[in-house]
Amino acid sequence: MGVDLTRKGSRKLGESLIGTALFACAAFSTLVTVGVVVVLARESVAFFSEVSIVDFLTGTRWEPMFQEQHFGILPLVSGSLLVAGGAGLIALPIGILSAIFLSEYAGARLQAVLKPLLEILAGVPTVVYGYFALTFITPLLRLVFPGTDIFNAAAASIVVGLMIIPTVSSLSEDALRAVPRSLREAAYGLGATKLEVSTRVVVPAALSGIIASFILAISRAVGETMAVTIAAGNLPNLTLNPLESIQTMTAFIVQASMGDTPQGTLAYRTLFAVGMTLFLMTLGMNIVSQWVMARFREEYQ
Amino acid sequence: MRPGRAPLGASPSAFDRARRTKGRIFAFTCAAAAFVGVASLGALLVDVIADGASRLDLAFLTGFASRFPERSGIRAALAGSVWLLVLTALISFPLSVAAAIHLEEYAPRNWVTRAIQTNIANLAGVPSIVYGILGLALFVRGLRLERSVLSGALTLSLLVMPVIIMSAQEAIRAVPSTIREAAYGLGATRWQVVRGQVLPMAMPGILTGTILALSRAVGETAPLIMVGAVGFLAFTPQSVMDPFTVLPLQIYSWISRPQEEFQPLAAAGIIVLLALLLTMNAFAIVLRNRARSGG
Repeated sequence: MGVDLTRKGSRKLGESLIGTALFACAAFSTLVTVGVVVVLARESVAFFSEVSIVDFLTGTRWEPMFQEQHFGILPLVSGSLLVAGGAGLIALPIGILSAIFLSEYAGARLQAVLKPLLEILAGVPTVVYGYFALTFITPLLRLVFPGTDIFNAAAASIVVGLMIIPTVSSLSEDALRAVPRSLREAAYGLGATKLEVSTRVVVPAALSGIIASFILAISRAVGETMAVTIAAGNLPNLTLNPLESIQTMTAFIVQASMGDTPQGTLAYRTLFAVGMTLFLMTLGMNIVSQWVMARFREEYQ
Repeated sequence: MRPGRAPLGASPSAFDRARRTKGRIFAFTCAAAAFVGVASLGALLVDVIADGASRLDLAFLTGFASRFPERSGIRAALAGSVWLLVLTALISFPLSVAAAIHLEEYAPRNWVTRAIQTNIANLAGVPSIVYGILGLALFVRGLRLERSVLSGALTLSLLVMPVIIMSAQEAIRAVPSTIREAAYGLGATRWQVVRGQVLPMAMPGILTGTILALSRAVGETAPLIMVGAVGFLAFTPQSVMDPFTVLPLQIYSWISRPQEEFQPLAAAGIIVLLALLLTMNAFAIVLRNRARSGG
């Protein structure tokens, strides 16, 4: 009896130890977030003690390496948004139409071929997209628009657009599939064509998921680094002309970290201030995307 | 009666004909959109293979990077990628699976659990370069691990963990609850249920998700530039504290050279990288299919 009791006791102790260890692993992920925020905030605060936050947010010249330094982040933000906007123009229509095709039109066999191929497209490393932009897209662009810079925002937009098509199409397809069959059948019963069922019943019913996928894809495009660094160049440039060379926030971070930046210098801190801006922008978009998803989800139970 | 068709006996009106034509145009547009992705994948592969296939030989795989393009190879980069892959797997896999087990099997439904879950979803959306900044400040400078394989692996582990946790959760959730109830009914403790029943059943799914996440890590460049991986190295790492380079970074350093002769090297490197990733993906898909047919 006594032996049995201690065994039960040690078993109980073991169980609770395991439970605690598992909880610690799950809680560790929160520490990562705290780490990101603390690291970015600490150096950013030091940065803003030297550079006015108003100049940073409203300045139109980004010249941190020049003798007379300017830290206006607008050229970098506009560069990121120009590339992300262009990518969105490509990926949003193509992504949603592909999703409609996969969920409403394609047969099982076609789906079995197309979906893994889209997964591969999503899995191609971004440095490869950069190579593709530089050696394939840019020469094509220069044929059509002879004045195009070797490094230009348009080529980056196009490859980033290709890169985020799978994000839009797979998340939108999930949303379309979640629309119950009965809604489609009711519309067919009223004499609607497949086009009418797709665009006036299924897409509106899945709209929250589709919009969420759009926002998430744009957030990915803003955070994209290598393809943009390779194809769009390293010239901070406040412009809306996609054929010019620009620099994005991510490309600046890469450029700044390539050289040896000693800790504690303004150059080192600049990296964190730009990183903080990037982090807040993408986090904001991701939260809006989740909120849209949760707030406007139609419950069909 | 097919939708959009006029009732029997009546000839279709002009209105109905227009509706059907519109329908066909729309169907064709959707199909064309779905093939844009496939076509660009094809163009990308053709572009890379046309540029790089001629440079791909045994000497390229076994040689070190060099100032002379005709002698350059990817030995150091390949070794670095394998080092990083193995270390990242060793660090991220146990932590992620434990976190997933906690969230699916142990966690009470309260605000703490919801906060952890939301946080993991948000971490998955953080741009990889931000992880690089974290790695630079925390591992390279903070813990003084310098520009080592270990700094790189720790950084990539943080990057892939949210993805592995979420896919592991999905795999664990797919285990039918009847299995758990039967084990509890026989007097098993919670951990015995998890270790003896849930984990073995969920393992193929967990491994599939892990391999896919790791294949993303193998293709990562930006965070490794941040933690100081170098683009030019004439030796392979011998310990976790050695400096390193990886395939995508070697490719990037060739792409960014102004001399034309380095472009075919970049393309050849890309072929090797894509072959490695496709092998990993194929392995994951085989595992997934086996798990499906087995379950």
